[in-house]
Amino acid sequence: MTEQPIVEKKISLLTPANIITGIILVLGAIATVIRFGKGLGAVTALSAYNPWGIWIWFKLVAIALAGAGYVTCGAAYIFGMKRYHSAVRPAVLIGLLGYTLFAVSLIYDLGRPWRLPYPFVVSQGTTSVMFEIGLCVAFYLTVLFLEFSPAGLEWLGFRKIRNMAVKITILLTIFGIALSTLHQSSLGALYLSMPSKLHPLWYSSYLPVYFFITSIFGGLSMVIFVSWLSDKHFSDKMDSTYLKEKDGVVLGFGKASSLVLASYFIIRVFGVSTDNNWHYLFSGWGALFILELLGFILLPSLLFAIGAREKKTTLIKWTSVLTILGIVYSKFMVSTYAFNWQLPSVDRYFPSGLEIILTVFIITAGITAFRIIVFLMPVFHEHKDYQTSTH
Amino acid sequence: MSISRRRFLKWVGAANLALIPGELAVASSGHHFEGYPNSGGVLYDNALCIGCRKCEEGCNKVNEHAPPDKPFDDLSVFEEKRRTGNQSFTVVNRYQTAEDPDDVTFKKVQCNHCLEPACAAVCFVKAFKKTPSGAVVYDETVCVGCRYCMMACPFEIPTYEYDEAFTPRVQKCTLCHPRLEKGLLPGCVEACPTQALTFGKREKLLKIARERIKNHPGKYIDHIYGEKEMGGTSWLYLSKTEFSNVGFKENLGNKPALEFTSGAISAVPIVVGLWPVFLLGAYAMNKRIDKNAKEETEEAVKISLQQAKDASDAKLVSALEKAANDNKREIEKAVNKALAEAESKKEDNQDTQKPLEKE
Repeated sequence: MTEQPIVEKKISLLTPANIITGIILVLGAIATVIRFGKGLGAVTALSAYNPWGIWIWFKLVAIALAGAGYVTCGAAYIFGMKRYHSAVRPAVLIGLLGYTLFAVSLIYDLGRPWRLPYPFVVSQGTTSVMFEIGLCVAFYLTVLFLEFSPAGLEWLGFRKIRNMAVKITILLTIFGIALSTLHQSSLGALYLSMPSKLHPLWYSSYLPVYFFITSIFGGLSMVIFVSWLSDKHFSDKMDSTYLKEKDGVVLGFGKASSLVLASYFIIRVFGVSTDNNWHYLFSGWGALFILELLGFILLPSLLFAIGAREKKTTLIKWTSVLTILGIVYSKFMVSTYAFNWQLPSVDRYFPSGLEIILTVFIITAGITAFRIIVFLMPVFHEHKDYQTSTH
Repeated sequence: MSISRRRFLKWVGAANLALIPGELAVASSGHHFEGYPNSGGVLYDNALCIGCRKCEEGCNKVNEHAPPDKPFDDLSVFEEKRRTGNQSFTVVNRYQTAEDPDDVTFKKVQCNHCLEPACAAVCFVKAFKKTPSGAVVYDETVCVGCRYCMMACPFEIPTYEYDEAFTPRVQKCTLCHPRLEKGLLPGCVEACPTQALTFGKREKLLKIARERIKNHPGKYIDHIYGEKEMGGTSWLYLSKTEFSNVGFKENLGNKPALEFTSGAISAVPIVVGLWPVFLLGAYAMNKRIDKNAKEETEEAVKISLQQAKDASDAKLVSALEKAANDNKREIEKAVNKALAEAESKKEDNQDTQKPLEKE
């Protein structure tokens, strides 16, 4: 046996980003032990008045942005926009990780997470919106896993199974869109049960529609944003097809976001109008609502339109950040700030430090998983052995 | 391995979950549930309540709760508004008007035992149940701890054992369901020294309440809180002052909680049924557009090829014709020329012959 000189590419792991990631992961691990060892009370500021805190807020944002998966698959496979094919894998990965984080966060949030299968196998509460969400999310996580499986199987070299997984692409995409329509809207429907607790400017019988539409421009913006970040960090992983189609994806998704945001703006105004809530606009709550309506819905719609028209990809990329912040804001209002708005401030909710740490921990874990998967698997490029057979 | 019929059916049931639309949520008939007949309830009359906290004490005793920080005869607890807790299923609060501090009204707080409870409607494991006795009871053996019941309860009654790591439960008044089954009164009602709490059949309590309003003109607000609120509750309230001034929510409406979400839930089967067809249609449409485009391109190529061929054929023909014509003309020209030459030669000869003739 002859000794071969080992050529090792030195990758320094001690970058500032990795150190911060490490610290967060360690703190999160400690908080996790406390959470499961001593109960929810030991780590959260949840109370009888405020049974849902920022973990729910995080879940709503994660699912809205994870809409990237079904929106991109739908555009590329169902609506025939073939130029976006290279955006599908990153988008499906965003979706898969978004839903996985949702599930992980749910395990922290539930009082008895080990009973998670109960609604399906022990006692079915079919009148509950939560039941439907549980069912749809469970199915959709499976769909996302299968949709992403070709990447993993190419990496592992399982050609036969991989080709089988590719064959059911259209079926999976249709399932994915139907399931997403259902549970994205149902997350809004959760709040239909509490008209007396949610501020009238945010409570509307259209809440399910609002949540569903949000997931469309949320998903589109997330694809733009993640592709922008990836340009900076994974440029060595991108193949010529990806690079060639990249700007087209940004422009196309920007244009689509602009249109969807415009229609969202209109239905939000209709929401105020149908319930005749105009008088609330002239209060502090009104100012917060107008900020959302103009600053986080109408403004990004216009900026996306200008960016798409003038072919300014940088403007579109920054606007995707604004849109995502808008979703963070909007979900914050519904889940946390505009909820229990009539309670005296002493009974209102403010998250505990450990609640915040665990939220950051889960997000960091998600980003780390994204980095590892992109590092290992063909996400931003086609695997060299499968280029001809890819869809 | 043997599979019992029961277990098999359970599996089949689980497999068919997606096919079950909310059995109550989508009832499309005009049927309206108005509570179990003969179900029990309690009428609380705040004009008769003296704020002695005996009900709290009775509740504490029958539920075997931990003794409170301040004893039940300590009325300083009224300084602040209290709410239900894991160890206190009922509390009494005191309300005073700003003008007259002696004008006090009490309000007893506990689960109202809705006829169609929000907690039961939103629970995804059916942990809450409205029993025919009137009590809304909780089954901790199936509870997953999502706390949606607490979010949905318009009266903000249920509490949660956040400090329990492994067996946290939702906690709330049971209307002393176990005692009712033994024929006993609820702990609070039994302890009440005045007539402020009356236990009985809900129908009868409504009659009593109406009688009191009628027989004491000016004493009561002409409204029985709980008769219609949120679709009706088993607890009913008479008040001597405006309900909104003594801690009652007046923005709840008369619809049971189930109706807030029934529309959204009933959309589920429609999406399941229609979406795949719409999406397949869109997919087929795009396939068709692609196919059409391909066919049209092929057609166009064929036509233009044909046209090119035709054009070149025509050109060839005309070129040949032209060539033929040209040839003809050349020949004619040549013939003419030859003829002309021959003619002129003839003339020359004649000319040359003439002088010869003359000579």
